[in-house]
Amino acid sequence: MQQHTMKRFDEELDALKEHILAMGGLVERAVGNSVKSMLEQNEKLAKKTIKRDRAINALEVQCDEMTRDLLVRRQPAAGDLRFIMAIIKLVTDLERMGDLAIGIAKGTIYSLENPPRVFSNLDIMSEKVIRQVNRALDAFSRGDTELAMIVIEKDDGIDTLYKRMYREMLTYMMEDPHSISSSIILSNVAKNLERISDHATNIAEMVIYIEQGHDIRHVDHEAAARILAGEDLD
Amino acid sequence: MSKIVSNKALKRRYLKEKIFKGSAIFALLVAASFLVFFFTNMISQGVSALSQAEILVTVQYNEATVKSYRKAVDKKYRKIVSRGWLRTLPLYMEDHPELMGTGEEKWVLATADVDQYLKGKSNRLKDKYKKQIDKLQEEGKVKLSFNVNFFTRGDSKMAELAGIKSAVVGSILVLLVTLAVALPIGVMTAVYLEEFAPDNRVTQLIEVNINNLAAIPSILFGLLGLAIFINFFGVPRSSALVGGLTLALMTLPVIIITTRAALRAVPNSIREAAYGLGASRWQAVFHHVLPLALPGILTGTIIGLAQAMGETAPLLVIGMMAYIPDTPTGFTEAATVLPAQIFTWAGESIRAYEERTAAAILVLVTILLSMNAFAIWLRKRFETRW
Amino acid sequence: MKTSKISINQLKLWYGESQALHGIDLEISEKKITSFIGPSGCGKSTLLRCLNRMNDHISSCRIEGSVLMDGNDIYDPNVDVVQLRSHVGMVFQKPNPFPKSIYENIAYAPRIHGIASKGLDMDNLVEAVLRKASLWDEVKDKLHQPGTALSGGQQQRLCIARTIAVKPEVILMDEPCSALDPIASAKIEELMDELKKEYTIIIVTHSMQQAARVSDFTAFFYMGDLIEFGNTGDIFTKPQQQQTEDYITGRFG
Repeated sequence: MQQHTMKRFDEELDALKEHILAMGGLVERAVGNSVKSMLEQNEKLAKKTIKRDRAINALEVQCDEMTRDLLVRRQPAAGDLRFIMAIIKLVTDLERMGDLAIGIAKGTIYSLENPPRVFSNLDIMSEKVIRQVNRALDAFSRGDTELAMIVIEKDDGIDTLYKRMYREMLTYMMEDPHSISSSIILSNVAKNLERISDHATNIAEMVIYIEQGHDIRHVDHEAAARILAGEDLD
Repeated sequence: MSKIVSNKALKRRYLKEKIFKGSAIFALLVAASFLVFFFTNMISQGVSALSQAEILVTVQYNEATVKSYRKAVDKKYRKIVSRGWLRTLPLYMEDHPELMGTGEEKWVLATADVDQYLKGKSNRLKDKYKKQIDKLQEEGKVKLSFNVNFFTRGDSKMAELAGIKSAVVGSILVLLVTLAVALPIGVMTAVYLEEFAPDNRVTQLIEVNINNLAAIPSILFGLLGLAIFINFFGVPRSSALVGGLTLALMTLPVIIITTRAALRAVPNSIREAAYGLGASRWQAVFHHVLPLALPGILTGTIIGLAQAMGETAPLLVIGMMAYIPDTPTGFTEAATVLPAQIFTWAGESIRAYEERTAAAILVLVTILLSMNAFAIWLRKRFETRW
Repeated sequence: MKTSKISINQLKLWYGESQALHGIDLEISEKKITSFIGPSGCGKSTLLRCLNRMNDHISSCRIEGSVLMDGNDIYDPNVDVVQLRSHVGMVFQKPNPFPKSIYENIAYAPRIHGIASKGLDMDNLVEAVLRKASLWDEVKDKLHQPGTALSGGQQQRLCIARTIAVKPEVILMDEPCSALDPIASAKIEELMDELKKEYTIIIVTHSMQQAARVSDFTAFFYMGDLIEFGNTGDIFTKPQQQQTEDYITGRFG
């Protein structure tokens, strides 16, 4: 795509994108580390992860300032406007993802006194969710709407995984009352992971908005695919 | 930061400026001195024409006077009193029959030679008459009074009676004809060329020709006037009508060119505004453009007329150089104009005409300056700021 | 529900040998504001001037195609241009009031079109029109002062008042605010918003922000072609053509 006549504008947009990707990287790490700390029952790692959340929040504030600056000074239109509006929402999603990761790390600390005996599908689920986050950020970085669509489609699978884990935890709680606290913690961890995946899906929807101007939030993904294929929906 | 002080190159620039300014002022002074010289010369020569010598004599209104006007005054005065004035006596007595048989002492116009002698200029007065005049002067019977005749009488073979009235009236009549003919035709032509004519070869040809006409030697217009107006149309030769028509031809290009410039100076936004509101081409021009161009048009016209007033050469050819003592009363009577009068007088050998020539030049210059001043005042008064 | 007031069909225009418009197809909706945007020399002003046949005054100008207003071709030989211009008014880039009194500025056109003559009729018309142009309160005490004595913004509102005095149906505006300061511009934009209740307005503007603020529909032109036309909101958030996107986001040149 051609450069803006005002080169500074291009530089500012690139800087904003860098910040988002940096924030995304921190979030990815936070999720990974928080789950790892649970699986390994690693208190030190959990505490480190919680402390690092500060960096994510600082980036959020910076990104908000940068978008505000761009809005007032550049009066963006068309593609530029969509990009900036998407980023305003993206930032919120990423920050929430960070908070959810912290929730998982806190869960680790709570679980230390009565560690769970079985972790069920936690490792598989967390792997899938981390991959979703990764895909979503990739899609954003490259403007890849196909990849974004994949993220949206795979979200259902993660929901299913969560429901299975939840049921499993229920059975453990019914069998053995001593496992109730750890089961609840694990169930919450799974819940957090499911919501992290939802936020990743939001990011993917924003990618489609940036690239093609269609707002496909609150539209089911079959309809979304048809919109993207250029069909007119009634 | 380097100090803000003159360096060598800057000093050279300032020097060049001073030289340029100095040469401009020098040129101005040279031109001004020509003017000063001209005016001083004319004024010194012409001012004496404003006074005329008169002698106190006894005039007899009787039968003898009617038969022979020279008998009205005593013999010793006959050679020093204006014969031209004496000639008017019989008619004067006819108009005033009650004067028959009376006599009176009155101030009577002296001859031109006496007048010139009294003014200290060269003259052909015989010595015995000079003595007579000196004696009369001692007796207080001789004076220089205001020369009313200069302004109230036309040309005369007797210098003491010669005046510019017929020439001035002639000039005015000619000017009126010129104005009446050249202004409407010139303005309408310019309006057509500027606002309506399509931009093609024919229009361009007309434009080029009009511009060239403004530069043609004026005497050629006289020949044109002779050929067309006098020979073809049979307009009376030497009349104000033919003079005015000829000068109108001469002034026409000037009026067309200045009117076009005045029209062009009206910004196009005015025309567009008028068109946008649904005015037709004519409405836009007459309601909006022409009124705004009027000051420029008037200024150009007055300047053109001032030029025409001072023209002599074309009028030579159509015969307005003749001796015209009587003031013309109509446009078809023989007339002369002020510049022509000046030319005639300048060629006279009698000394008395010299001062009259200078005085007439001053009158002409005053008229031209007033016309130009009026044009400038008009322009200033009606100047519109956009 | 939009009805078409002006229908431009395959309009081509030449200045002598060079073609300035390459076949424009465009529908202008009634009682809405349509803006023409595009870089310098793209033909937007040329197209605007076709709509009230101001281009007729340029001898080298030639057109093909048709411009229909309410279904009638305005280039039909039977159409009287002078009459057309009382239906389609124009406001120019630089305010150009006549150097006459404010009253006279407004009274001129109704008088030549025979809409009103002297006296109370005209007085009422002048007042009504100045009120509509939001100028009455500012000039009611000085109606006989020259129009050129007003400020730039007031002069432009006077020109707008003068245009609506003949009760046109369409008002064409050729960059009406480019010579004005932001406050005067804002007043004109507010006026346009009011006027569109009664008149169809077409505005040519260099300012995309103004087009975005003021118009209901936007047409983007480039090098004599109509590149894209649509709802202003759509054009400015998701234009379909890459050229439109590039122009709007400042990627041109």
